[in-house]
Order: sequence, then structure tokens, then C-alpha cells
Amino acid sequence: MKRLNDFVVKFANVNGSGSASANLLFAKSLFRMGLGVVPKNIFPSNIQGLPTWYEVRVTQAARRARRGGVDVMVAMNPQTYAQDLAEIVEGGYLIYDSSLPRPFPRDDINVLGIPIARMCADAYLNPRERQLFKNVVYVGALTALLDMDFKVVRQAVRDRFKGKAKLVDPNIEALKMGRDYALKNFKCPLPVRVKPGKAPKDRIMITGNEATALGCVYAGATVAAWYPITPSTSVAEAFERHAKKMRLDGDGARRVAVVQAEDELAAIGMVIGAAWNGARAFTATSGPGISLMGEFLGLAYFAEVPFVLINVQRGGPSTGMPTRTQQSDITTCAYASHGDTKHVLLFPGDPKECFELTADAFDLAERLQTPVIVMSDLDLGMNEWVCGPLEWDDARVHDRGKVLDAEALETGPEFQRYGDVDGDAIPYRTLPGTHPSKGAFFTRGSSHDTYAAYTEDGQVNAENLDRLTRKFATAEKLVPKAVIRRSSQTGKLGVINFGSTQAAVREACDLLARDGYKLNAMRLRAFPFGREVAKFAAGHDRIFVVEQNRDGQMRALLITEAGIPAEKLVSVLNYDGMPLTPDWVRGKIAASIESDKSVAAAMQLSVRAM
Amino acid sequence: MTFMKKPNVRHPGLRKNELGLTRRDYEGLLSTLCAGCGHDSISAAIIEACFEMDLPAHRLAKLSGIGCSSKTPTYFLNQSHGFNSVHGRMPSIATGANLANRDLIYLGVSGDGDTASIGLGQFCHAMRRRVNMIYIVENNGTYGLTKGQFSATSDRVSKSKKGEANLFEAIDLCTLAIHLGAGFVARGFSGDKEGLVPLIKAAFHYKGFAFLDIVSPCVTFNDHAASTKSYDYVRAHNEAMDRLDLVPEREEIIAQAEEGKTVTVRMHDGSLMRLHKLDDTYDPRDSESALTTLRKRYSKGQVVTGLLYIDDEDADLHTLLNTTAQPLNAVPMSDLCPGNAQLAKINKSLR
Repeated sequence: MKRLNDFVVKFANVNGSGSASANLLFAKSLFRMGLGVVPKNIFPSNIQGLPTWYEVRVTQAARRARRGGVDVMVAMNPQTYAQDLAEIVEGGYLIYDSSLPRPFPRDDINVLGIPIARMCADAYLNPRERQLFKNVVYVGALTALLDMDFKVVRQAVRDRFKGKAKLVDPNIEALKMGRDYALKNFKCPLPVRVKPGKAPKDRIMITGNEATALGCVYAGATVAAWYPITPSTSVAEAFERHAKKMRLDGDGARRVAVVQAEDELAAIGMVIGAAWNGARAFTATSGPGISLMGEFLGLAYFAEVPFVLINVQRGGPSTGMPTRTQQSDITTCAYASHGDTKHVLLFPGDPKECFELTADAFDLAERLQTPVIVMSDLDLGMNEWVCGPLEWDDARVHDRGKVLDAEALETGPEFQRYGDVDGDAIPYRTLPGTHPSKGAFFTRGSSHDTYAAYTEDGQVNAENLDRLTRKFATAEKLVPKAVIRRSSQTGKLGVINFGSTQAAVREACDLLARDGYKLNAMRLRAFPFGREVAKFAAGHDRIFVVEQNRDGQMRALLITEAGIPAEKLVSVLNYDGMPLTPDWVRGKIAASIESDKSVAAAMQLSVRAM
Repeated sequence: MTFMKKPNVRHPGLRKNELGLTRRDYEGLLSTLCAGCGHDSISAAIIEACFEMDLPAHRLAKLSGIGCSSKTPTYFLNQSHGFNSVHGRMPSIATGANLANRDLIYLGVSGDGDTASIGLGQFCHAMRRRVNMIYIVENNGTYGLTKGQFSATSDRVSKSKKGEANLFEAIDLCTLAIHLGAGFVARGFSGDKEGLVPLIKAAFHYKGFAFLDIVSPCVTFNDHAASTKSYDYVRAHNEAMDRLDLVPEREEIIAQAEEGKTVTVRMHDGSLMRLHKLDDTYDPRDSESALTTLRKRYSKGQVVTGLLYIDDEDADLHTLLNTTAQPLNAVPMSDLCPGNAQLAKINKSLR
């Protein structure tokens, strides 16, 4: 088996053993060598002891999807030897800690034993060091086996431990220990190896949550309230980390307030209170938090309070799979809360878009005076992705929406909080404290007239609900458009997807085109759907809707909200909690097309027979 | 009475405050509560206090949850922004609003259902966070809007209007507030306006979480002979612990207080609060003594009123979070958005 710059390495570790840092070092070094890397952290809901895996696909720069299959397995966890062994492709490699040598019942793979524990026991006295450096030793061995540029790896260690100089040398020593063992005992490099690639120099490696947090900083969010929940926690933590650095006034005080709330209800309540009072505010959560926030989401929709909600989706229902990915909150977020409610949703496709769409979300929320939900997911949020650099246009003006100041209240027409003055169904609002005698109103979740006064007049309430429907039509024009990628002008087959599945679907389309199936692809970026969505559907006979949930939630939304005929939309569904692979998507779509062909052929035959 | 519009008639001789406003300028819409409801007396006391303090009403935000009490912000301070939120969640709305603009005054109005049951968690956490606000519970021991169920502040010995016994112990909100870090804890009685107005004023001057538990009889469902939250019961068992004088910063103190009987507290806005103790056995600056007094008197069936506890530590949520002095909602975007050059540095660190 020969593989140059195109293989998968998987690390099987024990959670809490310090492997994450070494594995990231491995991925980062390959990234710095100009290669495409797709790291996936497959971790348990646990602090210490359970199995955890880290998978790195090495590929050409443009590829960003997980591949599936393992060419090189670094098996450091005896608990999962059997499972890990089974995953290795024929001709692949198993690297294991041979301090206690053992046989592996497969003769179609290559087994490389390195006595890692023994080497560390000999080299270190401190038990914690003996454990931690085991991880660095296997990375060291890989640098020789895969022909990695050792200078790059060494530099990555220096950068990793910047400011902790004491840690640099021991780590490099441990790397060398593994590297020297491999050079001495194996024929290095293996036929599976790398050589420096030519990826664009400006690429970055970042998690979606980090990029989302930066989007909040750049959007000018000043109040964040949140409750810890996997996989969204790192959004709030990264926001606080960045804001504490970049938001200091002359006296060292902060131009930001971050509160870890007592629960998700309080988190969203604080955000609504702050947004009502004119601050840009957000919260970040995942499925269970969304359920808890339902009542407040309805209030914000009905009282028209603008804020941003980041939903980093995980496996459901209920507590579900907290450390696995899904896109299964589409329906619940689109219609969150009782009564007739609808929310604006944005679907970023990679971390760069997490940054951009999160910043846009604040503008949209204030322009539309409604909550905007950014629909990320665990794969996008918690895994490192390689993408283009984040960019900010310094000429950009934050859209603060329709807020009347004291002068406007003084000179303008009589203030009606919920009146449709401009014909776009978006009303004007005022902030508390603006004017001594004009512009005060009562925000409420109970039915209200255009002056925000309580009313039980059903007609008045119906008119207000109608205006909210018209406001949603305005939203349709403002949200980011779907991205359409055509491989054929005349083809009648299409595929629709959204969010983190983009990487796999795009690669799958290329594979399908190679097989002779040319599909036009549309990536949704927002709900409500723009006109281009129905138009795309009208131009195609059969459209595959790829999504990571059981019930085809986006397909249902497309049928209900974009009026696309149900028979056109074929669900391609995955809900095993793992990021999609292009091969899986290709297989599902090809099989469906093939079966259609056979059905069509059979029908033609039967017609002829008649 | 919702069909009636409040007439906009003013007597030319009405007294004006320093802002040139009359008491009427601090009123709200006509109350839709039952005639004689204790809550309306509390609204009147709030109006009185704000008028006398020369408060610019638009610099105050009134916040509430759901229930009879939570409706009352409509009935006072028409020039203030109001937020009638969802049931039990006013504390989080108030916390967020306060974070966005530390310069306004936040007046939360809640009830015993809204605070002691559905909203107990948020109430507790707002106190431990030392949110700078005035939090009033209009406590009638019953669910009025849903027609008379027991609330969590109903005393065990109290009975419903239909004569049903209450099975569960009452939650004493003042005790809880002292335990959880509210710096200003007082109890008032809606039937005692003279005692109530100074308490409300003092709460306005306090920086931090000022809690006012105001017993406010429900004339429709909980004003009968077997109730411990009826006008008659509270009048008969009310034990006033102190009487308050609030001396604004600009006024000189003339009268000498009687040694040992008067406690003087300098409020954070510079004004002085003088507390004339009617009971020598406790010190309102000592939380242990306040808790003991509350417990002892409660076991005797007494309803103690007055300022029960005050902690003059000067630290609210903003102090703890080290937020900038400028209200966050007024910081210009140029100070919030770090710009592309900074982003280029961040990109570099991600390579």
C-alpha cells in the first residue's frame, strides 16, 4: 500500500491521559507542512477513563471532509484494541505500545510495536510525566515513519508552549526519543507518508466555536450570559477570553459583561433584558438548552427583542449523545415556543462562515427586531477546521436597526412601538432612559396594540400577528442567500444541504460527477428561504436533501415553507453522530439514482408488455 | 374598570417637586385590580416616594413577571419603560438590563407566586450576584389571578377562603434574602403607607440588591378570618422594628439622635439613613441578629416590619465584573470592534 499525502491516521487513547495536546500537535505540524488536514475528535461524555479517538485525514488542500477507514492506527488503549484493529484497511499499519507484547489476529496489516511505556518509565521519574510523554513519544515515532519535517514539528512545540519555556525541551526530547526508536527499528519512511504540500499560505486552523466567539466580539456584543453545556461551552469561554483582552478601557475595566447563569432560562432572560436595553447580547447553548429557552424565545419573538442565540447542535433527543454531532434542532428552532412563532436561522458551513454569519446575525437581529439563531453543530464547533483567514471590513457599519433617539422622538410623528411606518413591517423602538416624556412603552408577552398597550381585542391581535408574518417576509430578503454550485446547466438532479455537511457533500458531488452523475448543489444558509430556493427546486426533477437527523427536518421545512413538492425531495439521512464521509453520501445518492433507473426501466418494460 | 379612561385633569394648586412635576405625573394607567387590593396601595406608595425624591421617571425601568402584582407597573410611572416578562423570570431580565445600562434605576415588582415558587431560583441568584436593583414582592399568600390557590408564602396555620388547610411550611423571603446576600432587606405592610414610603425611598438610595417584602392582602381570596395575610391579622400582629428617616446628602443633620436607639447608615449616594430602633434586641447590621429576630417573632405569630437588615458594603454586580463606568449600551462601536489589523494578528496565531 503506497499513499503519499492521502491517508488517515487514527489515535485510540484513554480520555484524560493528555493525548489531545499531542494529537493536535501532530495535525498542526502537517497543516504547517502545507497539507490538507481534517482532524476529528471523537470523544466521550467523560473526564477520565473512557475511550477517546482522534482521527486525522491527510489530503490535498481543498478537501475538508472526514474520509472513513484507517490507514495508520495508533492504538494506545487496550480497552479498544479489538475495535481499533478491525478498522484498519487492508495493508494498513497498527502502531501499539509493545511494553507488553501481544499478538494481533490479522495477517493483512503491518504491526509496529514500540515499547512506549517502558521507554517513558526509564526516562522519567514523575508518574504524571511518564503518562503525558507517552503521547509525545508516539508523535515522535510518526515524524520518522511518515517522513514529517522535524523542524516544523519542533517549531510547533515551541509555539504550543510559548511562555512555558520549561516545557519546550522535555517535549522535544520525548519527540526525539520516539523518532530515534522508529529510525533505528523500522524502515523509515513507510510507503504511507507525506511530502510538503503547496496549500495557500494564508489558511488558518480554527474551531467553529472560536470563530463564532470572534464573530460576537467583532459584532460588538457587550453582554453574554450562558450556562455550560457541551458542545457550546467553548463559544462563551472563547468570547470571554478574547473580550477580556480586546475590550479594556483606559483604566483596565472591561467593556463587556459575561455572566455564567444559573440555567439556560436565566441565560436567555439576561440576554433579552440587555438587548431590550440596547446592548448587543447573545447566549450560546445546545439542544437541551434550546428546549429550556422556548418560553423566552416566544416572548422575544412577540415583543420583538433582538438578540443572537448560538445553537451548537448535538445528538438528540433528550440528553442524547452530548459529544456527537447532529443537525436535529431544525424544526424546534424554526418554530421554537408555543403559539405561532417563527425564527430566523442561519447555517454556517465552516468556521470562516461561523465568524461571518455570527457577525451578520447581530445586524439582522437588530434590523428585524427578532431573535436570530446561528445553527452550528458539534463537528463544526468543536473540531479544528482548515479554512481561509477571517476578514473584517473596517468600513463596515454595524446595522443597529430602527432605534429612535431623543431628537427623533422630539421632532418625529407620534411614537407607536408596534406600528408599521415604513411598510416593511419592522417597527421603531426606543431604549429606556431616552426622553423625559416621550417614547416610554410597556414591553409585554401579552397581546398588544400598536402602542404596546394590553389588548384583548382579537382583531387587533390578529393584525399584529399578520404584521409579524410580513416582517418574516422582509427577513427573507435580508438573510444570506443559498450558495448554488452547478456542475451541469441541463441536469435535472440536484442536492440540497446546509451547515457542516458541506465538506462531505461537495466532495461527494465530485465523486458522483466522476461516476457520470452530474448534480447541481445548493447549500442553504438561512431560514426563511430566499426566492432562489424555490427556483432551484423548480429547475430540478429530483433533489436529494442531505441532513443529519432521523426525520428529514429540513426537507419538511422546504415542503412547508418553500412550497417545494414533496415528491421531488429525497431524504439522505444520517444520525449516527459522526461527521459525514463523502463516500457515504456518494453511495446513498448513487444507490437512489440506480434504483430509480431500474424502477423507470421496469415501468417502461411493463408499458411495452401491455 | 378597564373601560374607563383615567381623566387627565389636574388641580392647578397641586404641589410640585424640584423637577416641576406633580404627584399625578408619576401615576400610571387606571388599575384593573380588585377594589381595595393591597397592591394598589403599594403602587401609591411608589408614586409618593418617587415624587418626593424628585425622580426623573424616564431614568427608571420597571420590570415584572406574571400575576396580579406583576400587572401593577402599568399603574405607576407612565414615563418609565416597562417590561412585563414571563412568569418567575423578572430577575434575569433585570440582571441583563442592568448589565446593559448601569446608570438607570431598576425597580422589579413581583408576587409571592412569581418569586417564591416558579421564580425562586432566579430570585436567589439575582441576590447572590448583587444586582443593583429594588426588588419588591407584593406578598398576599395566594394565587389571585387563578382564583385563590395557596402560594409558597402561605403560613402553615393559614387556611384558604374555602377553609382548606395548608399542608406545607411557608418560605420566608426575608430570611432567604438575608441568607443569600441581599444587602438591604425590609418588610412592609401595604396597609401602613407611613411606614412603607420611607422604606421604598431607602431602597432607592441603596446600591446593591434591595429587597422589600410587602405584605399585601388579597381582598378577594385571602382576607378572611382564617388567613394570616388579611388586613385584620396583619394589623393585629404587626411589630414595627424601626422607623426610618432619610436625609439627602445636601441637608444638614440637625437633631441629635438618642444614643443606642438610632443607627445611622451612610448610603452610597452620600445620603444618610437614620434608623430609629423600636426594639433594642437586634442590630440591623448584624445578619445573625436579624435572622434570630425574624425566627423568634414568626414563631409567636408576629409579622415584623421595617428595615430588617442592611449591609453597607459597596460592591454590586458591575464592581464584581469590573465593567467600565460607561453604560455598555453607550460604548461606541469603535471601542467594541477590534478591526481587521487585530484580526490579522489572530489569524497569524492560528497558523
